[in-house]
Amino acid sequence: MRLKRIKGIKFGLLSPKEIRKMSASKIITPDTYGEDGFPIELGLVNQRIGVIDPGLRCKTCGGRMGECPGHFGHIELAAPIIHVGYAKMIYRMLAATCRRCGKVLLGEEARAKFLDGIEQQKEKQADVGDVVKLVFKEAAKNDVCPFCDEIQKRIKYDKPTGYIEIDKEDKERRLMPTDVRERLEKIPDEDIPLFGMDPKNARPEWMIITVLPVPPVTARPSITLESGQRSEDDLTHKLVDIIRINQRFMENRDAGAPQLIIEDLWELLQYHISTYFNNEIPSIPPARHRSGRPLKTMTQRLKGKEGRFRGSLSGKRVNFSARTVISPDPEIEIDEVGVPKDIAKELTINVNVTERNLEAIRETLKRGSEHPGANYVRRSDDKKVKVTETNHELLAEELGVGWKVERHLQDGDIVLFNRQPSLHRLSIMAHYVRVMPGRTFRLNPTVCPPYNADYDGDEMNMHVLQTEEARAEAKILMAVKRNIMSPRFGRPIIGGIHDYITGLFILTWGEKRFEKEKAQDMLHRINIHDLGEPAGTFESSSSIQVPYWTGKQLFGRILPKQMDLQFRGVVCEKCIERGEKCKKENCPREAYVVIKEGNLVCGVIDEMAIGSFKGKIIEQIFRLYGEDEAKKFINDAARLAINCIKQSGFSFGISDEDIPKEGKVQIREEAVYAAEHKVEELIRAYDAEELEALPGRSLEETLELLIMQELGRARDDAGDIAERYLGIENAAVLMAKSGARGSMLNLTQMAACVGQQSVRGERINRGYQGRTLPHFKSGDRRAEAHGFVRASFKDGLTATEYFLHAVGGREALVDTAVRTSQSGYFQRRLINALQDLEVKNDGTVRETRGTVVQFKYGDDGVDPSKSECGKVVDIDEIISDIVEEDVGA
Amino acid sequence: MKKETLSILGHELVPEHILMDESEVKELLDKYKIKRVQLPKIKVSDPAINGLGAKVGDVVEITRQSRTAGKALSFRLIIE
Ligand SMILES: [Mg+2]
Ligand SMILES: [Zn+2]
Ligand SMILES: [Zn+2]
Ligand SMILES: [Zn+2]
Repeated sequence: MRLKRIKGIKFGLLSPKEIRKMSASKIITPDTYGEDGFPIELGLVNQRIGVIDPGLRCKTCGGRMGECPGHFGHIELAAPIIHVGYAKMIYRMLAATCRRCGKVLLGEEARAKFLDGIEQQKEKQADVGDVVKLVFKEAAKNDVCPFCDEIQKRIKYDKPTGYIEIDKEDKERRLMPTDVRERLEKIPDEDIPLFGMDPKNARPEWMIITVLPVPPVTARPSITLESGQRSEDDLTHKLVDIIRINQRFMENRDAGAPQLIIEDLWELLQYHISTYFNNEIPSIPPARHRSGRPLKTMTQRLKGKEGRFRGSLSGKRVNFSARTVISPDPEIEIDEVGVPKDIAKELTINVNVTERNLEAIRETLKRGSEHPGANYVRRSDDKKVKVTETNHELLAEELGVGWKVERHLQDGDIVLFNRQPSLHRLSIMAHYVRVMPGRTFRLNPTVCPPYNADYDGDEMNMHVLQTEEARAEAKILMAVKRNIMSPRFGRPIIGGIHDYITGLFILTWGEKRFEKEKAQDMLHRINIHDLGEPAGTFESSSSIQVPYWTGKQLFGRILPKQMDLQFRGVVCEKCIERGEKCKKENCPREAYVVIKEGNLVCGVIDEMAIGSFKGKIIEQIFRLYGEDEAKKFINDAARLAINCIKQSGFSFGISDEDIPKEGKVQIREEAVYAAEHKVEELIRAYDAEELEALPGRSLEETLELLIMQELGRARDDAGDIAERYLGIENAAVLMAKSGARGSMLNLTQMAACVGQQSVRGERINRGYQGRTLPHFKSGDRRAEAHGFVRASFKDGLTATEYFLHAVGGREALVDTAVRTSQSGYFQRRLINALQDLEVKNDGTVRETRGTVVQFKYGDDGVDPSKSECGKVVDIDEIISDIVEEDVGA
Repeated sequence: MKKETLSILGHELVPEHILMDESEVKELLDKYKIKRVQLPKIKVSDPAINGLGAKVGDVVEITRQSRTAGKALSFRLIIE
């Protein structure tokens, strides 16, 4: 197919003549189907304007249902009606043109100037909107026609479709649509370009409807309810109303009814046609269904998220997809997805039967609809046959080369897996199927970070690829192992989380000894059969020397043989940033990790080593040994971690927040009371006007600032004291320090002191006049009165503390709600603006016309996923590599 | 106040704009195999173009400070 470029789009109004010309039938009867069950002639479900009943043929084009695209009909209106969509435009035109001669109320000079301006804009292919706006503004100022000297009257727009003419004596006269149409007809063709319109495409009087086009029935099909009753489309309902009132109007007028009744009916017709176009016009009540539900008319079909544009064109529903809840399965590979059997039996893959797969497919077919079976076959004569209990054996016998079989999803098939919101490309990755019992999709927890998934009820979608090309593309571009490195920050995004980090931390912390059986247990389901030389022996109770292996040794087993790497883990307490010298191998926290020739020489494995987002080891393996090796390492590390944590057990409970009595006292005295005392001291100094203002701050601001500082320090101090009593053997500390989950701040709040609550970065000041709660005196500035929570979560908060904590908590809640909606919309706009940009082979970024946007992608032409943290090379690392080598040599 | 005193060209946040001569432009277009209109655009009324004595249809070379590449080159076609 040749790519075609749109040269231009022409907008215009349909003239009554055009509407009649494109109409296949006049519509007169408000009824749809006759008593015989056939569509009524000249009715709304007329056979000339399309067929929706099987078996009938279109009387215009002869097509059957599905073949005939449908044809427009038309209704001759008894009186002209204002089109609501153009009501504002009509008002502007009335105000800008002469009420007698119809010319635009501009002097020759101004007229020429504006026409020239519009012409210039058009030449530049620019918007004429601004000039046209000026034309309307200038013309409406003139109250005497420069051509015929007629004195103009003021026009008032009576929303949504009324116009009132007011003369100098403030006498009002309502303009009927006929009057309006007459006036618009008088505008000469030469003046139309002043409105930015082309008189051949859009005469102003066409904005007043005299003939209403009736959309084909195919655009408003009726649905048959279970009861056999026919339920018509909302648009049809609306058209019925329009025809009825139109008829009544005609009858009354022909019978010479009084003007008042005619005008009432006219207004009613206007109402129906207005709501037919848009049922959400402010100031008029929406037309409703008998059930009270507002009707979905023209505008409502197009507008909004579920409308034609966003709902049907930009986004559609697809076949060969499934959606269910996800749950974890650490036993499956990282690039697998566990698919429930019920889903596997519903989703199919089309296979062509050849000599090579004939027998295998015959076996599949023999199973019929039992799991790895098939649902449909297409025989060589192109007949599609459903596989049933009764015919599957027969079909298996008949099966021959050239048939096509829709077989069930099986282990090893490649599918796309997706979790919304799909914010980056890693939100859709290709996984290999593993059919399983149960009703949930199973997912290895290490691939949660790219999807941002957890298991608290998240649902995900799966799409089964239907062509070889698609499967090849998925394998090459979208496979999980291809996406271990994030295209955003050039670090692994797939890696250990939570228990994986904890497990390896426990394994490699200090010197854990495992005798042979235990060591082999650790390597369970990891393809390693050689434990290597034991690290040493220890004497058993029966005085036998038993060989043992260390945890660090076992971790070394899963590393590539020749790997060398050094880095500092997250347990390192920023020795260098704090100006201390790193003790390297002798670091008391084992923060300095050294890997030599595939052995973990020293250091502890934590988030920095194998965690997602950090994962130095994963990164190194990916770069030096490739994606397969990296995938294998993540798998092995995950299994090793699970084996270890399973053996030692790991739990966290309420008693883990216990601090011995002397610690409690210390926290209260040294941290909380001390700070509260200092705050009172500050307040006293302030009251005594001894406090000195900080530069650029008022005295009061200074006081608040100092108090905040003091109370902030109080919590930190409390945390530090708590830390002295809670060692690494505490589960929460272990998780926080290793980067598995939570932070020391979380633990501080649980065990020692919750600390100051804040709203907008200040202490809590809202509530009553001069105080936050009636429990405090007005003007009380003490810590307690403004949201300082001295208790820990374990101890429990007092009533006032609890309330003020909730005040602070609410802000966080509101913030996240607002942020997600705002960033979501921002992301949508960015995607819409950037989606067609492409990086070309020459490194330039271009849009579809080939116009250059950036001469080098990202200025440096670097693909972040293939870079070292966004840089082409990490110079520091190279230097340290060379220096180390020199020292070694 | 005189107009020249309002020049922003000396400011550190304004990247350097240099007018290219025709041979340089040809070389550039050949290098990227593009037509003149496929260059990014800049208005002739842009303050950075003002003092260059450039006219519509000319091409400027812009040297920007870049976080990723240190210095980055860009080219723009001057339009009305
Ligand atoms: Mg969730
Ligand atoms: Zn037809
Ligand atoms: Zn006039
Ligand atoms: Zn350190």
